[in-house]
Amino acid sequence: MNELFRRLLFLPPQASGFARDFDALHYAVITASMLGIFAVGLALAWFSFRYRRSPQNAVRPPRPPLTRAQELTPAFGLLVLFVGFWCVGVRQFALMQRVPAGGLLVYVTAKQWMWSFDYANGDRTNETLYVPTGRTVELAMTSRDVIHSFYVPAFRIKKDVIPGRTTSVWFSALRPGTYPIFCAEYCGLDHSGMRGRVVALTPSEFAERFERTPRAPGGADTPLAEREPGGHGELTSLAARGARVAAARGCLRCHTLDGTPHLAPTWARLYGHEVPLANGSTVVADAAYLTESMMDPLAKVHRGFTPIMPTYRGILTPAETAALVELIRSLADAPLAPPAPLVSAGTPPLPLPAALDGGVAP
Amino acid sequence: MTTPALTLPEAVAERPLLAPPAPADYLHGGGVRSWLLTRDHKRIAVMFLGATSLALLLGGIFALLLRAELLTPGPTIMSAEAYNRTFTLHGIVMIFMFMIPAIPTVFGNFLLPLMIGARDVAFPRLNLASFYVYLTGSAITLTSLVAGGADMGWTFYVPYSTTSPSAVANVAFGVFVLGLSSVLTGINFIVTVHTMRTKGLAWHRLPLFVWSLYATSIIQVLATPVLGMSLLLVAVDRLWGIGIFDPALGGDPLLFQHLFWFYSHPAVYIMILPAMGVISEVVCAFSRNPPASYRAIAYSSLGIALVGFLTWGHHLFVAGMSLLDGAVFGVLSMFVAVFSAVKVFTWTLTLRRGSVSFETPMLYFFWFTFLFTFGGMTGVAVATSSLDIHWHDTYFVVAHFHFIMVGGTLTAYLAALHYWFPKFFGRRYNERWATIASVTVFVGFVLTFVPQFLLGNAGMPRRYYAYPPEFQWLNVLSSGGASILAAGMLLTLVGLVYALVAGPRSDRNPWGARTYEWLSASPPPTENFEGELAITRGPYDYHLPE
Repeated sequence: MNELFRRLLFLPPQASGFARDFDALHYAVITASMLGIFAVGLALAWFSFRYRRSPQNAVRPPRPPLTRAQELTPAFGLLVLFVGFWCVGVRQFALMQRVPAGGLLVYVTAKQWMWSFDYANGDRTNETLYVPTGRTVELAMTSRDVIHSFYVPAFRIKKDVIPGRTTSVWFSALRPGTYPIFCAEYCGLDHSGMRGRVVALTPSEFAERFERTPRAPGGADTPLAEREPGGHGELTSLAARGARVAAARGCLRCHTLDGTPHLAPTWARLYGHEVPLANGSTVVADAAYLTESMMDPLAKVHRGFTPIMPTYRGILTPAETAALVELIRSLADAPLAPPAPLVSAGTPPLPLPAALDGGVAP
Repeated sequence: MTTPALTLPEAVAERPLLAPPAPADYLHGGGVRSWLLTRDHKRIAVMFLGATSLALLLGGIFALLLRAELLTPGPTIMSAEAYNRTFTLHGIVMIFMFMIPAIPTVFGNFLLPLMIGARDVAFPRLNLASFYVYLTGSAITLTSLVAGGADMGWTFYVPYSTTSPSAVANVAFGVFVLGLSSVLTGINFIVTVHTMRTKGLAWHRLPLFVWSLYATSIIQVLATPVLGMSLLLVAVDRLWGIGIFDPALGGDPLLFQHLFWFYSHPAVYIMILPAMGVISEVVCAFSRNPPASYRAIAYSSLGIALVGFLTWGHHLFVAGMSLLDGAVFGVLSMFVAVFSAVKVFTWTLTLRRGSVSFETPMLYFFWFTFLFTFGGMTGVAVATSSLDIHWHDTYFVVAHFHFIMVGGTLTAYLAALHYWFPKFFGRRYNERWATIASVTVFVGFVLTFVPQFLLGNAGMPRRYYAYPPEFQWLNVLSSGGASILAAGMLLTLVGLVYALVAGPRSDRNPWGARTYEWLSASPPPTENFEGELAITRGPYDYHLPE
């Protein structure tokens, strides 16, 4: 039944955890719509035939207008139906809005007219996003120029990618395979050429290629990797790159990585935790919040801290922003008590920069 | 009694027996100058008919070029650059120069005073000004063609529109001026309905077309300034780099989207409400029956106008919107759908126990009701937030709004053109010819846009110059449909131009309708009615003598 509907409606394969549920609602809405249209067409046809003009009906006494109950009943009935669709739709929408914890985070940078993907181990790929099947993948996305929209039809996901802020979307791929990515927001000359693909690998294949860090230079898949510019040809993890950026850009003058109180909130155990704000509300420190705080620091100030941070809009590149977020994320479970070493599960010890003014300062 | 020359008894006396006495209708008398400077709402309406028809022709040519380009997955007849400029102008011309003004300025201008027994609209000079402001706005918009075209799409999304290397500012300013024209018409109509109704014409006796124009005017007056402001800010951002919307300068691109859709979603109702008014008139006239519920049609127009202001956020479901916002905008959109559905029910039931005949306007009523229901139901589908995620910015949305705009507004416009053709020009069109044209339009339309729903389901994004080859055959089908649709429109044009020149003379009230505009001669005299009209019956009292 599912397969029949899917083919009748030309829908792409259902390759993510969302697809099947979303499609079920799709079938219900379309079937109800078709029945409604058919009923209206049938009623029009019947009335036209039954009351076609003839000498007998040319002049007739007026038909009494509908009573209020007759007017309201169908309206109310439809409202119930539509609100029913809406309830299911909003539940699914909520599911998509809330990213499950503990997934794999990949940073997406869009530019006219290309997608690039940064992985925690420091790898970068263009056009092709590699993900493991059966695992939550969260994408933290930003754009270097205009608005783009990340769309994978087979996953039934789409999210605008907006310059100056980070938006996120998540999915879990069901089966290994290759699925097209389209840019869905018009972005200029080669908008229709801004396509890519998601390659879903089995978890072991994925781990083989994207979770070995740091990898030996000259390995089989080094073409995928980006080397540290000016470095020694060695692939470094994204979090390590973030630590360098933090030092170079002066972040560590106020923030600490190990929980030590200082001028600004520490980054240890920040990611994924609730942050109390100066205005009394709270916010969860996710990629979007962290990016916003770099670009517009006064928008949501951590309670108890003086709003002294300058904006980094136009100073940090999207790649640097992603690296910083990844650094903060790698510290999500860091022990708070100094002087424990900065180690978190799965990531190597962070090569903390030797000098805070490390020569790359702006 | 158009000009002194004809009203003087001598003038009439000078042409005895050679021809019937010169008709004292609004069409005759005076030269070009008397047309260009006229304050007669009917002449202004006819000038608008000419201007908006040209816009429709231009927008249609752009559409055909786009469909030709999409025949193959790669380049077909133009470059990507030309394609982007063509779809931008297709949208701009169709929406701002045809869909928004067409029915109010042509049929509203002509019929509103006649339907309420008035001599003219409340502000005749403002009415003429509205026409010239429209021409000015259109001219400014089209200067972008000379300047090499503009490629930001009709939605002007920043920061692309503030950085695009094309003539965006010309179009933004042109649309700003067109908006002014729209506001002038809206104010004029609101004041006219409030103050110019003739003796005995209570609100509940207004023809339904007047209600729909009234609701439309409210939206025009309240929403258009927001569009004008937003586009001006885009132009300012572009020219002087102020950074209101451009994130590189600290601006907020989503702010623009909210402002833009605050106008542009209600603008959909500016486009469809007058069409619904036309359809309400046509169904009553051709089933010789009062509407199944006058109240339902009149109040649902106001309901759409008011709730329509609060649904704009459903254009931003994938732009990053909180769950609460998504839920609220979704449910309000459902309310609008219910108001529209009430109208569909009422129109359908109006046929019941009527006396139904099948002239061309009535055929267009059938097409409208069927296609609008289809478009409306797919509107409910895209307002369902989780489903919108897949459909947003794909051909599904393109097909959905073309079902409303073309299947709805354009078919209603054609219904109006045929229904009131005798009223406008005092001549009859050829019924058989028009029937063939009408069926061609319907078949072409369905063939053009049904494949686009499927393309959207399959995942083809809109505004794509090139596409994966597996989408080709549906695109070819759609392009084939577009050429049939174009043939239908051409047949309509030929039929109506022929009727204008050589059609047989029409009676005063060829359809036996009861709305008040038919109480004046066809075509009406400059003064509309002889003496003051006193209304003693409702507009749909088919059981009473006319």
